[in-house]
Amino acid sequence: MRITVASGKGGTGKTTVATSLALSLTTNAADLPPLFLDCDVEAPNAHLFLKPTFENRKDVSLLIPSIDESKCTSCGKCAEVCEYHAIAVLGKNVMVFPKLCHGCGSCTLVCPTKAIKEVPNLLGSLEAGSTASGIQFSRGTLDIGEPMAVPVIRQLKKWSVAQPGQVVVVDAPPGTSCPVVESVRGADFLLLVTEPTPFGLHDLKLAAQVAKELQIPAGVIINRDGIGDTGVEKYCIAVSLPILMRIPYDRAIAEGTARGQTLLEIDPKYTMLFQQLFLEISRIVAQQ
Amino acid sequence: MKQFVILSGKGGTGKTSIAASFAHLAHSDSVRAVLADADVDAANLELVLSPHVLEQHEFMGGNVAWIDPEKCEGCGLCEQVCRFDAIALKEGNYQVDPIACDGCAACVHQCPTNAIKMEPQLAGHWFRSDSRYGPLFHAALRPAQENSGKLVTLVKQQARLLAMDEQYPLIIVDGPPGIGCPVISAVSGANMALVIAEPTVSGVHDMERALEMTRHFHVPAVVCINKADIFLDGAAQIEEYCQKQNIEVVGRIPFDSTVTEAMVRGEPVTAFRPKSPASISIKQIWQNIVKMMQLD
Repeated sequence: MRITVASGKGGTGKTTVATSLALSLTTNAADLPPLFLDCDVEAPNAHLFLKPTFENRKDVSLLIPSIDESKCTSCGKCAEVCEYHAIAVLGKNVMVFPKLCHGCGSCTLVCPTKAIKEVPNLLGSLEAGSTASGIQFSRGTLDIGEPMAVPVIRQLKKWSVAQPGQVVVVDAPPGTSCPVVESVRGADFLLLVTEPTPFGLHDLKLAAQVAKELQIPAGVIINRDGIGDTGVEKYCIAVSLPILMRIPYDRAIAEGTARGQTLLEIDPKYTMLFQQLFLEISRIVAQQ
Repeated sequence: MKQFVILSGKGGTGKTSIAASFAHLAHSDSVRAVLADADVDAANLELVLSPHVLEQHEFMGGNVAWIDPEKCEGCGLCEQVCRFDAIALKEGNYQVDPIACDGCAACVHQCPTNAIKMEPQLAGHWFRSDSRYGPLFHAALRPAQENSGKLVTLVKQQARLLAMDEQYPLIIVDGPPGIGCPVISAVSGANMALVIAEPTVSGVHDMERALEMTRHFHVPAVVCINKADIFLDGAAQIEEYCQKQNIEVVGRIPFDSTVTEAMVRGEPVTAFRPKSPASISIKQIWQNIVKMMQLD
């Protein structure tokens, strides 16, 4: 079972929910502790809450073209097929722009003189370890100045394989575009965290659309319940999106999460609430 | 003409609420500004500025491959060359998963029977609008679409063209969260970035990454701390980091529930409750920025 926590709007409490959910699944000694993936590779924060010890590290790179000038005839075929404008042929010179390259390999395949070999271009890193509570924790980190988050997320998902029967909790980035889609692909359930404000509602609608396009069942957690208005609630009822949990606006919670505490550490009653949430999600997924 | 961009690293730190307030304050100070919402995934500035849309344009994103089953002979070469796992044999035919397809067209060039073609995708729309505080350029990327960086570049380009044509001295850009492609597009060409930091462990961590990113692209940055009183240790960490890095902290906004109330009312907080603690701080920050960018 893979549960992905997403939101549309940033700062609604995705990481708070994802880390709390993962931690709640470690309290029964008989259960296999979950695998946690921090896919918010531009702003990875889950480690600040779950405090893992990292044991393994791996570079993430993308294979980009390197031109062997002795073989290149400057025919321009490589630039012609590149959909990302990552190669330009100027007279006899072939220029590669690594930040534009998506690593598709099309140029290598079409080069008539086999003048292109592919070399790794570093984009970021992957790290894995475990927490004191037994959670298997992995995260990806995009290097500063690198634009492409998707390859880091894709490689993180391939690198961190769940054991049979292991629950996977994925912390997704905000938004609704490619990095979110890559994080969400393969999920059995999408847990959408929102806040009851006009911004929260606007972005929840977009996130719900992503769930629909990818045909993944979804449910909502309303965080900071009590601030704002009732728009989110009315929308959820209108489109039959189940509201699975409400986390009240509470200064103690705001201060606790600011310090890096999960909800379970701030108020022990959340252990049971998150276990119930997991059972409810399992029930919904089983019905599909 | 100068470009000013509001960023954060972490989402939900208050970028849009502050951008909307700056739009209001610029307007009341008679600093003519063009507004651009560069958070095309989740564009929220329009919810506060209630713009009147003057023009709507289609934004074509990347192409997606399509395999003609009539021409396909089932050799499977397309599946082999696809590095995005977007092609698979389904019900006896090779088919493209349009969401996984990156649009590289490697399959098109390799197919021995020319059975694959690329089809353009409508990825979203961009708009030129009039808002109560000046012209607004904004966009809506369709959910699950790619190329948000390109759409950000397009929105900014349009804002800049208008600013040049009609001699606006300033463009205010409301940036997206993160540090990746749409953020790099939002930052490019900016004269100054304001990073809104939240005094939480996550906020501090992401602010550092956002500031490393602005430094990488040589964009001068200043910081303001939002909800500064929610976790004092966090606020102290931000101040300490900025002091070490020689980055000016231009203001501290206290936690103030009128910010949310203003959002519900669809108004910038500085217009809704000009005397509230948050509004007073935001106004001071605005005045600091006007001075630093020499807009007065």
